[in-house]
Amino acid sequence: MLAFAIRRLGQSLFVLVVMSFLVFLGVYAIGNPIELLVNPQADAVERARATAALGLDRPMLEQYAVFLSRAAHGDLGRSFVFNVPAIQLILEKLPATLELAFAAMVMAIAIGIPLGLVAGLKPHTWIGRTIMAGSILGFSLPTFWVGLVLIMVFSVQLGWLPPNGRGETVMLLGVPVSFLTWDGLRHLAMPALNLALFKLSLLIRLTRASTREAVLQDYVKFARAKGLSPQRVIGVHVLKNILIPIVTVIGLELGSVIAFAIITESIFAWPGSGKLLIDSINQLDRPVIVAYLLVIVTIFIAINFIVDVLYSVLDPRVRLGAVAAH
Amino acid sequence: MSIAVETPQEPAAPAAREQPLWRRFAAEFAESRLALVGLAMLVVVVTIALTAPWISPQNPYDLAQLDVMDSKLPPGENSSTTGKPYWLGTDDQGRDMLSGIFYGLRISLVVGVTSTVIALAIGLALGLAAAYFGGKTDAIIMRIADIQLSFPAILIALVLLAVLGQGVDKIIVALVTVQWAYYARTVRSAALVERQKEYIEAARVLALSRPRIVLRHLLPNCLPPLIVVATVQVAHAIQLEAALSFLGLGLPITEPSIGLLISNGFQYLLSGKYWISFYPGVALLATIVAINLVADQLRDILNPRLKK
Repeated sequence: MLAFAIRRLGQSLFVLVVMSFLVFLGVYAIGNPIELLVNPQADAVERARATAALGLDRPMLEQYAVFLSRAAHGDLGRSFVFNVPAIQLILEKLPATLELAFAAMVMAIAIGIPLGLVAGLKPHTWIGRTIMAGSILGFSLPTFWVGLVLIMVFSVQLGWLPPNGRGETVMLLGVPVSFLTWDGLRHLAMPALNLALFKLSLLIRLTRASTREAVLQDYVKFARAKGLSPQRVIGVHVLKNILIPIVTVIGLELGSVIAFAIITESIFAWPGSGKLLIDSINQLDRPVIVAYLLVIVTIFIAINFIVDVLYSVLDPRVRLGAVAAH
Repeated sequence: MSIAVETPQEPAAPAAREQPLWRRFAAEFAESRLALVGLAMLVVVVTIALTAPWISPQNPYDLAQLDVMDSKLPPGENSSTTGKPYWLGTDDQGRDMLSGIFYGLRISLVVGVTSTVIALAIGLALGLAAAYFGGKTDAIIMRIADIQLSFPAILIALVLLAVLGQGVDKIIVALVTVQWAYYARTVRSAALVERQKEYIEAARVLALSRPRIVLRHLLPNCLPPLIVVATVQVAHAIQLEAALSFLGLGLPITEPSIGLLISNGFQYLLSGKYWISFYPGVALLATIVAINLVADQLRDILNPRLKK
């Protein structure tokens, strides 16, 4: 277990350094931020001074070296636009994104697994077919367009829910959260549903497929033959066994939910890190782009690690050494 | 955002040769009415995309044909100059939405299919190389694929486009970059299973050349799972392109794709002018549903594990 953790950590650090170089190289190629930052009337001297002040006149590799050594001390550079540390900017916005992502995931799990179970237990009934048809629709609906339709229906036509923003927040452990106030919940509902839709469809399909395979297994037949109640057979025997692939997918999809939050945040003007990324790309705010990507990469690596560990806890047959090797 | 890729499959049994392969295939495909509906929808969408310049009431990219006086007209309203009706309304520049959608579908399909074909070719070559040569080649190619696949496609494409800028060629590059790994992985796993089989051994015993074994024997038998992945990926590519265009990072505003049309309409949504965003979205949805329905059935046909 320890050997596994150390090896994974080494791999992760390697990936992180490689990613940081690629990202830095790529972002370095985007336009010249000076054009946007300096007053258009500024003369050449003024522009040269600003370029030097931001360290943009040095060779690319030197800039990268400076960046790396600072990054090792937790300093990912200062935002060109806001002139505050980029990491601080991202950490300020990250809780909003995480709240949205978790809300979406909870929604997808709470609705997707029961529906998938029903569809898997009764695949040839009308309800099973309807659920599956719905999941194909959920896969096919373009996320951003669903967001617009939600706004159109619930904000413009019905006037029930606010179309943008985070609403009233309260501090929880020093972090502002929306889900503890009624106003915040009303603001959270549509973005979370929007973001959940795709994962919901995925969970329905996954749960259904696993359930269909599980109910044919001998241990389910045996449990039925013992005279256990159907609730117990499904709730304990089936559910426990189908949970392994589901937990894996939930874990792995958490990262992608955070990534897809970029779109949802843009639609609902949710003040999270994804919206910050889009704004930073438009303003060529290089340090923020680089910092965002590194933070996200770190989160993904952490999630993958936790999923691997959870996997071995849930399924004693999986030994971590084997997972790492493959 | 990928649907779980199927595990490698057995090739279709070569014994059943009474009737032509495509006929059996067509008959199996037709077993699902839903898949037929999907296929019909797909034919309609492709026809529209191919014939857009001739069936559109207006060339939506020709600014001379756009009349600002006609901007943001609701569906069914007549043009103030020509008197011709705008069936789906107009956008903020007076562009006929119906024509915009027809042309937009054209771009979406071109981008989706082109990027899929290129990614398929690259993934196929690298996947086969990984499986055939094994060892270091395999390790390097698959490690890169693994690392890439552990990040969501949208994030990689977003960063790439931020670097590359706008344009059809740029978005195709971005989509190819995020897609090739799926194919490489699928081909490799299929090829690893296939190369253990007796027909490859037989080909080796016959002392056929390596390229011949790989291209004539190994490759054709790795294709079924690839076809399924490719179909699903066309839909993904189209969705991804639309999302990126919506974020303003895909295609230039002068030649709006479906995603950009939706994005343009977004700012007028809150004032109740729903049609600018709504109808392009319906067209996009119909395209993706059609492809997914066809892909679902293809998966069932080509997967022998589900054979009755």
